[in-house]
Amino acid sequence: MQRLALIAVPYAWLLALFLIPFVIVFKISLSDIALAIPPYTPTLKDGFGPFFSALDFENFAFLASDDLYWRAYVSSLRIALVSTFLTLLVGYPIAYAMARAPEEWRPTLMMLVILPFWTSFLIRVYAWMGILSQEGFLNQFLLWTGVISTPLTILNTNTAVYIGIIYTYVPFMILPIFAALDRLDGSLIEAAEDLGCSRFQAFWLVTIPLSKNGIIAGSFLVFIPALGEFVIPSLLGGSGTLMIGKVLWEEFFNNRDWPVASAVAVILLLILIIPIILFQRNQQRQAEDEA
Amino acid sequence: MKKLMMSSAVLALCATSALAEEVRVYNWSDYIDEALLEKFEEETGIDLIYDVFDSNEVLETKMLAGGSGYDVVVPSGTFLQRQISAGAFQELDASKLPNLSNMWDTVEERTAQYDPNNAYSINYMWGTTGIGANLNKVQEILGADAPIGSLNLIFDPASMEKLAECGVHFLDAPTEMIPAALKYIGEDPDSHDPDVIAKVEPVLAAIRPYVQKFHSSEYINALANGDICVAFGWSGDILQARDRAAEADNGVEIVYNAPSEGALMWFDQMAIPADAPNPEGAHVFLNFIMDAQNMADASNYVYYANGNKASQPLLEEDVIGDPAIYPDAATLANLYTTTPYPAKVQRVVTRLWTKIKSGT
Repeated sequence: MQRLALIAVPYAWLLALFLIPFVIVFKISLSDIALAIPPYTPTLKDGFGPFFSALDFENFAFLASDDLYWRAYVSSLRIALVSTFLTLLVGYPIAYAMARAPEEWRPTLMMLVILPFWTSFLIRVYAWMGILSQEGFLNQFLLWTGVISTPLTILNTNTAVYIGIIYTYVPFMILPIFAALDRLDGSLIEAAEDLGCSRFQAFWLVTIPLSKNGIIAGSFLVFIPALGEFVIPSLLGGSGTLMIGKVLWEEFFNNRDWPVASAVAVILLLILIIPIILFQRNQQRQAEDEA
Repeated sequence: MKKLMMSSAVLALCATSALAEEVRVYNWSDYIDEALLEKFEEETGIDLIYDVFDSNEVLETKMLAGGSGYDVVVPSGTFLQRQISAGAFQELDASKLPNLSNMWDTVEERTAQYDPNNAYSINYMWGTTGIGANLNKVQEILGADAPIGSLNLIFDPASMEKLAECGVHFLDAPTEMIPAALKYIGEDPDSHDPDVIAKVEPVLAAIRPYVQKFHSSEYINALANGDICVAFGWSGDILQARDRAAEADNGVEIVYNAPSEGALMWFDQMAIPADAPNPEGAHVFLNFIMDAQNMADASNYVYYANGNKASQPLLEEDVIGDPAIYPDAATLANLYTTTPYPAKVQRVVTRLWTKIKSGT
C-alpha cells in the first residue's frame, strides 16, 4: 500500500504536468483556425458529438506539404548537436580541473559554476548583446589590441547563437561530469600508469570511460533544451537563423494559427521523446550498476 | 529596458496597497512619459499597473486567448478591426468620457475605417512608417545626394549593398514591410491578392543579404548608438533615436523621412477588453489620457502625433511644427492606409515573410 502511494506521486506529477497539457495541445493540433476567442474550433461548447467529428489530421498534412518545417527541424537539430558537442569540449576540462582541485577548493569552485544562475537568464543573454555588438566590448577590445582593424559582425549570426547556447548551458554539462569525476577512484589511474600507460593513455582509457555517464547526462541536459531554444536565437541570432522555436512563435503569433503551431509542437515532442527515452534508459542502467 | 524597470517599479508600488482599486494598462514600449503614470495615480487614487509589448502579434495573441487581465490595451488599426470581429472588446460608454469632445475629427474619420463610429476605441497616437538614417554615415557611403527620403534607399540593391557595411535594420512586421515594397514597385500597397503580394518576393530577396536584422524595437538604440546607419521603422521611434543620440552627444545625427513615394499611415487605438476586470477604471484612464494637457505631454515626450485636437495648442514647436510628425497637407495626401488580411492571405503573407527572412 505504502509502496503504491510512493509510486503514485511521480505518476501524478507526470499526469498533471505532462500528459494533460499534451492532450490539450494535441487536441488543438487537430482543430481548425477560427476568428474567435479562443482562435480555433471546435471547442467542447459545441457538444461531444460534433466536437469529435470536427477533429482531423489536416494540419499535419499541411506541415508535410511545406519544406519550411522540415528545414527548421533539421537546422534546429544541427544547431543543438553542434552546440552540445562544443559545450562538452568547454565543459569537460572545467569539470576535470574542478575534480582535480584540492578538496577544500571544490565547494568554492562549485559555487562559482552555479553563481551565474543568480542573475536572470534573460539579463545574461542581453549582456551578451552588449559584448558581441559592433560597438561592443569584444570588438572594442580587439580593435584596441590591434588584432583586427574593422569590427567583426558576430551579433545576429549563428556564431552568436552558439556562443549564447554554450554559455547558458555549460553548467548543466559541468555538474554531471564533475559528479562522475569526483567519484573516480584515483588509484585506478595510478594502476594504469604503473602498468605502462602514458598520462594521456590513462586519461583516454580510464578517466573518459569512467566519466561516460556524466558525459551522457550532461549532453542530454544540454541537447534537449537547446533543440527547442527560442530566446537565444531570437535575441542573438540573425534573420537567417532558422530554428523550430522561432517557427513555432511565428505560427502562433504572426499567423494566429494555433492548430498549426500545436502540430509543430507535437512533432517537436516526438523528436525529443527518442533522446529522452535513451536518457531514461541510461539513468536506469546507471542506477542498476550502482545497486 | 528603462521602460521595463519603470513598470516593475510601478508594480512594486502597487503591491504595497493591494486592496486599492487598480487599472492594468498594456501599451507599446517607449510610448509614454512616465510622469503621466504617476500623475494618474495621484489624481485618481487608482493604482496603475503598466506593462509593455513591442508587436501587435503579441497583443493579439493575448486578446484571442482571453483572460489577459488588462483593462486598457493599444492595438493598431487593422489588428483592432480583426479583434473587434472576434469579440475581444467592449463598447465604450461615452457618458463616462467627457473628454471625447477633445478628439480630432480628421483622425476620427480615418480610424472609423477600422472601428465604425469609433464605438470601441479612442486614438492614442498615429504616425507613419518610414526611413531613419544616420545622415553622416549614409552620406559618407552614398555621397551627399543619397536618396534618404526615398524607398530607393532601402529597396535598391545597389544602395543596400553599400549600406550593408554600416548596418540596416527592418521592422519585423510583414504588414508594414510588404505594403512598402508593393508601393516601391508601383502596386496597390493594400492589395489582398496573393499573386500581387508575391511580386514583392524578388524585390525583398534581392536586398535580404544586406539587412542585418528584422526587429521592431531594437533599432531605436541601435540607431542612436551608431551601431546601424539605416532603419525602416516607425516615425516616433526614429525621432526618439534622434533625441537619444543628441542627448548622448555622440556625434550621431539621425533624420526621419516618410518615403516620398507614399508612406503607410497607422493608428494606435486604446480599447477596453471584453473581459476587463475593471472597465470603470479603464474609462477613467481613457478620459485622463484624452485630457488636452496630458495628451500634449505624451506627444511632447514620444514625438508621435495624436488624435486630440484640443492638445495641439499645448504641443511644443518641435512636435507640432515638424512635418515628420504632423505632416503638411501635401504629405498627408500622399499617405495610405491598409486593411486587415483574411486568414488565408495572412498565411501567404507570413510564409512569404519567413521565406524572405530565412531564405527558405
